[in-house]
Amino acid sequence: MARIRNFSITAHIDHGKSTLADRLIQYAGLVDEREFHDQILDNMDIERERGITIKSQTVCLPYTSRSGEEYILNLIDTPGHVDFSYEVSRALASCEGILLLVDASQGVEAQTQANLYLALEHDLAIIPVINKIDLPAADIERTREMIEAELGLDPEKAILCSAKEGKGIEDIFEAITREIPAPSGRVEAPLRALIFDAQYDSFRGAIISCRIFDGRVRPGDMIRLFSLGTVHKVEEVGVFRLRREKRKELGAGEVGYIIAGVKTVSDTRVGDTIVLEEDSKALPLPGFKEVKPVVFSSIYPINSDDNASLADALERYKLNDAALTYQRDSSAALGQGFRCGFLGLLHLEVFQERLEREFNQAIIMTSPSVRYKFVLAGGKEVTVENPEYYPDPALIEYALEPYIRATILVPDRYMGAVMTLCLGRRGTNSHFNYITRGRMEINFDMPLAEIIHDFYDKLKTITQGYGSFDYDLLDYRRDNLVKVDILVNGEVVDALATIAHVDRARPRAKEICDRLRKEIPRHMFKIAIQGAVGGKIIARSTISALRKDVTAKCYGGDITRKRKLLEKQAKGKKRMKMIGKVMIPQSAFVAVLKSDDE
Amino acid sequence: MMNDIPAGLYVHVPFCRTKCPYCDFYSLTDLTTAAAFADDIRSEAELYRRDFREFDSLYLGGGTPSVLPAGKIARITGILRELFSLSESSEITIEVNPDDVTKDKLEEYKDAGFNRISVGVQSFVGGELEILGRRHDARRAERALQLIREEGFTNFGLDLIYGYQGQTRESWLFSLETALRFSPRHLSCYQLTLSDSTPLGGKRSLLRPVIFEEEKQRSFFLETSRLLTDRGYIHYEVSNYAREEKYIAVHNSRYWRHLPYLGLGPAAHSFRGGRRWWNLSSLRLYRESLREKKRPLRGEEELDRGRLLLEELMLGFRTREGVPLTLIREIGGGEEVLNGLLEEKLVVVNAGRAAPTREGFLLADKIPLRFNWGEKNGRGG
Repeated sequence: MARIRNFSITAHIDHGKSTLADRLIQYAGLVDEREFHDQILDNMDIERERGITIKSQTVCLPYTSRSGEEYILNLIDTPGHVDFSYEVSRALASCEGILLLVDASQGVEAQTQANLYLALEHDLAIIPVINKIDLPAADIERTREMIEAELGLDPEKAILCSAKEGKGIEDIFEAITREIPAPSGRVEAPLRALIFDAQYDSFRGAIISCRIFDGRVRPGDMIRLFSLGTVHKVEEVGVFRLRREKRKELGAGEVGYIIAGVKTVSDTRVGDTIVLEEDSKALPLPGFKEVKPVVFSSIYPINSDDNASLADALERYKLNDAALTYQRDSSAALGQGFRCGFLGLLHLEVFQERLEREFNQAIIMTSPSVRYKFVLAGGKEVTVENPEYYPDPALIEYALEPYIRATILVPDRYMGAVMTLCLGRRGTNSHFNYITRGRMEINFDMPLAEIIHDFYDKLKTITQGYGSFDYDLLDYRRDNLVKVDILVNGEVVDALATIAHVDRARPRAKEICDRLRKEIPRHMFKIAIQGAVGGKIIARSTISALRKDVTAKCYGGDITRKRKLLEKQAKGKKRMKMIGKVMIPQSAFVAVLKSDDE
Repeated sequence: MMNDIPAGLYVHVPFCRTKCPYCDFYSLTDLTTAAAFADDIRSEAELYRRDFREFDSLYLGGGTPSVLPAGKIARITGILRELFSLSESSEITIEVNPDDVTKDKLEEYKDAGFNRISVGVQSFVGGELEILGRRHDARRAERALQLIREEGFTNFGLDLIYGYQGQTRESWLFSLETALRFSPRHLSCYQLTLSDSTPLGGKRSLLRPVIFEEEKQRSFFLETSRLLTDRGYIHYEVSNYAREEKYIAVHNSRYWRHLPYLGLGPAAHSFRGGRRWWNLSSLRLYRESLREKKRPLRGEEELDRGRLLLEELMLGFRTREGVPLTLIREIGGGEEVLNGLLEEKLVVVNAGRAAPTREGFLLADKIPLRFNWGEKNGRGG
């Protein structure tokens, strides 16, 4: 156990976490140069495209130190986004230290700070690493200053590194063995293992990633998942070395996997404790909580015949994503579908992309909503996360909506713009202070609903990419809310309805109408798009009729080209939804959620 | 392959004296090897003798067939008559540029059996010809038409282009009226289309004409159709008008009716029995292929039932003939779509066929999309 180190890398988005992880793996000799390709740990296409890690991955790295001692270093890669902060916290609970990565050209960002606080909460050793020193824009001195001033860490201990060029990697390994304490725990004690992740394997079921805190686990052991109370027989244990490597046992201090005939990822809970079945007096490890979705959206197959196929895809998707919740739902406009719950907007987007790419589902998602509470006459409280179930306004005493505490870090020259943005999004209780010369931390209480649409995009735009953002959920607060209906050619499209603050209803309705006008193709007739609250029209836009669409010439050589064009258009049409006589493309439903490119 | 129905024969003459900047047909302005073109056609035609025998239309298009000496044209028709059988009543057309038209040439065309001439006039207004980058002037076009009439060609037609800035309603009506003075049996009135592959269409072209906005295009189209119909012309295809039924272009109608045709020459397209194939659009590669006694194909496609159906809709709704109701009923929900089109006055039903109205012509590219041609009714095909 003295030669084991469990650590994680945390960083703000794009600060080079995955590149560094890949370098460590390469340095440890798990892959040769030929096999080495960028970002081994980010397996999913989406992860690679977005440059973020969605699923945790773990890898066990052998390392021989300069002084000749052999170590086992367990790298626990964590999801890099606020939506997955609970998973991050469980991964960190499995470590004794972290590498806190800071981009030498960007400096400390909101997530860097958030990560630091998380690490402090878990009492972890922190090794600051200044990455991307190869960049022409790298400013090592300034980054050191920020590490000292904004993070309160010793800048002298920061390791200089270029993950891209492979510089400083050995220094990092040495620092891990030196700065991060060996795990503690008693091998003789009864088993207690923390689940920090689980992945689905179609042959083996759930592959549970865990950290053994006490005791040991071997194939044949009967184990119990503490919070669920389910009992399973261990089939296999081992460690991750890019591929799974079987072991005879896992003991206290180690990080690895357990396969125990657990069918799906949803049959496990991240944060839960694994104990031996026979150990009736076992106590769980601290910190378990059930993650709850905060953003909701309904999905519908574009072609209503595909409902069964969508149900099947969701079931398969769910095998590997315990955080997703879903249940059947139906819409007058869109037919049968599912109401889904997500940890945040990124979780939602990742879900949507994967469902399309990996599961080949053409879907329409409705405008995301938070979970509102309405207190009705007589004191009854109802929760509504689907605008369709907005209660009869006559019965509503008052409405409550979830608030967050936003933390924004920006160069001070953007302060005015950020304030304007936040106030425009109903931000209150603002607080700001200089964390270093020229850099500010701005805090606001804001309704969650105001940030789930395009807040982060807008922030990035107005701060020219310098602003960083993080948030914590606060509580529910009273607000004056209304339901905004959208009508296309006189028909209410329930899937486009949103709940909005009364002051924001008109601009929001106008925005939706304008976006729909851009996205809905012209038809052979005029189309009216209207926004309404309680039957009163508050915004409108019009799509003029298409009255000419014909090619002048169609002779021998034009026919194939023309037909192919029609085939393409017909394919596009298949991705549209008929609402009355109007075909609404899937992109229109998506566009309603996105920010304008102003 | 079956070769019992007479087919149409097209020859693409890939030469022009100058390139019209809006045209995206394949042609070369280097005429040095044009003399050998008749031999190319012989070599290619020989490769099709097994599959095609009888034709009842011949069309020499391009390019500009009239840039070839008339003797060469006569050689080409001679070769084709030698290798294939061309029925007595065949429509035999040549496309000409007004600049090339001379009395002698026309006589030779007549001797070679041409009974139809299509003149690329485009406009009778000098400034417009300049915008379009045409080499002839308006007077020349009038003289050419005069000569054609004097030489006794009754069946002749001309092409006009409209719908771009610089042209006014008056100037367009002037071109139409000038054309009508010659009592052409056929008129093609094309709205200017710019493809990105042409000099005028290229995005960076400073010369790029500006196409009328939609409402103006519509009003020009509708006015043209009304005017020509009033003057006794049959508006039988989106851009085509004939003075009488018998002057409806026999050859071109094959394209819209899915009737078989064989295209010879670079970039020419052929069609028969659900198969379409097309030639290399490079004279050099075309010739290389012929030297090896290989058909100079660049591509081909077999049309399955769904694609044939789509093409029948797409082509049918471009013509006055329209689409047979039996075909529409084969499509899932076809009847319902038809009723909608009838209600919107985009089509009318006549003698078991659904034919586009004037407004229908204007939306001919949209109408097929209303049908779910992928979904068949009952047994389908």
